Amino acid sequence: MNYLELLRLAAPEAVIVVTALVVLALGLMSGRTSGLCSGVAAAGLLFAVSAVLLLPDQATLFDGMLVITPLTSLFKMICLALAFFTVILARGNGAFPNHGEYLALLLLATIGLMLLVGSEELLVIFIGLELTGLSLYIMAGFDKTDVRSAEAGLKYFLFGSTASAFTLFGISLIYGMTGTTSLVAIGAKLGTLTPLLAAGIVMTLIGFAFKIAAAPFHLWAPDAYQGAPIPSAAFIASASKVASFVVLGKIVLVGFGPAQGAAGWQAVIAGWAPLLAALAALSILLGNLVALAQSNVRRLLAYSAVAHAGYTLLGLVAGGREGLSATLFYTTVYAFTLVGAFAVVALVRRETGGDDFFHFSALRSRSPLLAGCMAVFMLSLAGLPPLAGFFGKFYLFAAALRVGGNQGLLWLVALALFGSLISFYYYLMVLKVIFVDKTANPVPLLKLDFLQRSSIVVLAGIVLYFGIFPGGFVQQITSSLP
Amino acid sequence: MLFGELPKSARESRALPKPSMIAWTIYVTFGAALLLLFLPGLLARWMALLAALAGFAISLIGFFNAADVGTFATIIRLPWIRALGMEYHLAADGISLTMCLVTGLTAVSAVLFSWDVEERPSEFFFWLLLVVGGSYGVFLSADLFLLFVFYELVIVPKYFLIAIWGSTNKEYGAMKLTLYSFFGGALALIGIIAIYVTAGGGDATAALDLQQLAQYQFPPQFQAWAFPVLFLGFAVLAGIWPLHTWAPTGHVAAPTAGSMLLAGIVMKLGAYGALRVSMNLFPEGFHIWSKWIAVLGVIGIVYAAAVAFRQRDLKFVIGYSSVSHMGFVLLGLATANVLGVGGAVLQMFSHGVIAALLFAVAGRMVYRRTHTRDLETLSGMRLRHTMPFAAFSFVIASAASMGIPGFSGFAAEITILIGAWKAYPMAVLVTGAGMVLVAAFTLRALKKTFFADSPSDIHMQPGRPPVDADWDEQSQISAAEKWGAGLLMFATLAAGVYPKFLLDRILPAVEAMRWLKP
Repeated sequence: MNYLELLRLAAPEAVIVVTALVVLALGLMSGRTSGLCSGVAAAGLLFAVSAVLLLPDQATLFDGMLVITPLTSLFKMICLALAFFTVILARGNGAFPNHGEYLALLLLATIGLMLLVGSEELLVIFIGLELTGLSLYIMAGFDKTDVRSAEAGLKYFLFGSTASAFTLFGISLIYGMTGTTSLVAIGAKLGTLTPLLAAGIVMTLIGFAFKIAAAPFHLWAPDAYQGAPIPSAAFIASASKVASFVVLGKIVLVGFGPAQGAAGWQAVIAGWAPLLAALAALSILLGNLVALAQSNVRRLLAYSAVAHAGYTLLGLVAGGREGLSATLFYTTVYAFTLVGAFAVVALVRRETGGDDFFHFSALRSRSPLLAGCMAVFMLSLAGLPPLAGFFGKFYLFAAALRVGGNQGLLWLVALALFGSLISFYYYLMVLKVIFVDKTANPVPLLKLDFLQRSSIVVLAGIVLYFGIFPGGFVQQITSSLP
Repeated sequence: MLFGELPKSARESRALPKPSMIAWTIYVTFGAALLLLFLPGLLARWMALLAALAGFAISLIGFFNAADVGTFATIIRLPWIRALGMEYHLAADGISLTMCLVTGLTAVSAVLFSWDVEERPSEFFFWLLLVVGGSYGVFLSADLFLLFVFYELVIVPKYFLIAIWGSTNKEYGAMKLTLYSFFGGALALIGIIAIYVTAGGGDATAALDLQQLAQYQFPPQFQAWAFPVLFLGFAVLAGIWPLHTWAPTGHVAAPTAGSMLLAGIVMKLGAYGALRVSMNLFPEGFHIWSKWIAVLGVIGIVYAAAVAFRQRDLKFVIGYSSVSHMGFVLLGLATANVLGVGGAVLQMFSHGVIAALLFAVAGRMVYRRTHTRDLETLSGMRLRHTMPFAAFSFVIASAASMGIPGFSGFAAEITILIGAWKAYPMAVLVTGAGMVLVAAFTLRALKKTFFADSPSDIHMQPGRPPVDADWDEQSQISAAEKWGAGLLMFATLAAGVYPKFLLDRILPAVEAMRWLKP
């Protein structure tokens, strides 16, 4: 082990660090440099993707502090891609005077996500969580002219730091019982479920339940999604969630593997599986029911995000390779869908000054392209074929029903399908406003420049492609799982 | 030797189109739908007509050219999602071909009856063709996942067709219909996933392949709960009582072409799914539950007929009559014998044609010109004088709907009743009483709409000017309407006078099912 080796294996992170510093410096220079900053940040992200492609297939540093497997490389690239789309989204927003700072924070958060994805050691995971969290708190409150943005930042910060405290306490308990912070070693040492271990597991999971916005730790989400600058909200809802699910999957399946338990109907065995099942059930019910009552698209997306966190947890409850790969597939697809939806919301907000339902009315006649793409995103979230959301749900539910061989999780699957039925209504209401309603005063056509148009079309294309040809991506995930 | 081989190869080169060409119904329809998004509105209806005619022609050729109608024979089979065993697998037997035929027929007439759509025509025909293409897909799928994809693909187009171009409480009707469809889909999805994880013994491909699943033995206790879930999921779309209430409101709210597609094709999707998937895969579950299906079917027949008798809105009358006729389909399926099930498939064809014709007359010919569907108002208009062609079409459709011999409705219902007599004699007695009700409400609607003699001078709805601004242009029944109605009338007569050409293809396919009772 030498430092050159470390630099080689951490090259993507290093690239992003350098880019973040360059962007920060460029932002400090006088003059209008926001376009330049965006360009540099995007180029840095693309450069980091190629650095990920050059990584070796398998490598481990410092006893699991930095792990490189096909899985970590894949999800590093996904996080980088989501950050890339966020940079494009932020460019269009262009309202911040200090754009360089904003992009530097975004890049720092991305580094945090890459650490989360690429580590099997609780301390590094916690550092990743904190790095991401601190950057995102500032990003959420970045719009200093908007009270709601400040509210979003503050709420996100207060809830987030409390949850982090719980997680840190949980980690310390686990460390006290096993004497190690490496996930693999913890998995080997954990025995039967003792009360202390249970407390450790519960506390550790609270921090992640907060990150993925699962009920009842979701209370920050509606205000953060609605109040934060749109690129921040999109990043919080997408990349941060993907990385959290990856690391949550690793922690429960690798670290806490022996304490899984079971969540079957009338066959509950204590462990983290019933805990996650309860979180999932609560999230699905609460998220969908509360989303019904929303009249603001961003708030609706926030509550629906709670519900989607519930669906995604199904795969982890099921456990095993198939469950994990279903969860990873779903959360990735969901992230791309949500970035797309937020991109549409951002453009509508720029033209009409708001993102309530009525701001979207007759969007179809104002911009058929945006309306069509929004339809793709909403219907994918609702889980209709041939869009990616449908296949993702099918995969998740199949994984959940397969577990144990006796359909013990049927109750959870039925609940999730009931939730989808509810969600179908409110997604359709958004589309109703866009396609059916007529506006009294005709609003001029939305003007989109090339980059906005192509990024939204690319995102819609991804959602459609993963819906019709999900096989390749599924293969990639399953083959990269150990 | 050489000469002995020549005629054979010559015969092959002159051979009729392969049975596999039926798959092109799907490609042509979806291809045209995509093209429509880039076409100017003026060309849209021609494009749609072209696509519908092409689909109809292909399904017609496929129907008459079918070599082996008794087996669910593979048309095309390609690996799709290898990791999880999904395949792009199409197959057809006599039942699929019959359903494709009625889909093509209804699609052509639906396009003809929406010739006057002026608001956003490209979009209208886009959604319409999606419904048609998805339906072809369902009828031809031999992979459970593929079938469900096509099945769900039809839901959203229905919503937009009704919510944008509909009338009378359209947003409510559209949402209700869509949520019911999605609810049914969710139930069916539970069943499908349960099949997927239970069957195949680790071979994921076999767990979704309908040909192989039709031979698979599921554990009886699994069938006992999975069958009702799956069957009910599909039957929601077939209008099973008491989950039928989406049908009348949806039909009334829909634009004419929408009602024609709903009643003509979409309700058949449900019945077809119930037959092809739930009954075929779960014979023992089916035998446990079949009497309850018969009970619900008979209740549907009588209840919907009784409700239809009390309706004031012409389209509501027809909407409830659809539920009543679909009750016959369920009763036929529940008999589990060749005649009953074959009759049910025949009834699916027959009702598709008749309901499309009824809705065409009520929604396009009458409502478009009089702006009312209220029976009392209509009865003062002497429409038989002003619209003789509409009256003629409606008489034919009513006769077929009532089950007068010589029309397709009679052929189908008598076959079902003969089948039911063996299985559930009681049901036949109750249904007989129901048929009287059907005749009663049909005659009532017919009389009030066209043949009332109430001395009145109303020409239009009260409060309206006596004549529309574009009345001259509108008063004549257009050529498109005549062609559309003519096509449907010919179909119901042909199937009524010579049902053998349908039954010859349906019955072998039914006889191949493993769950038949003697």
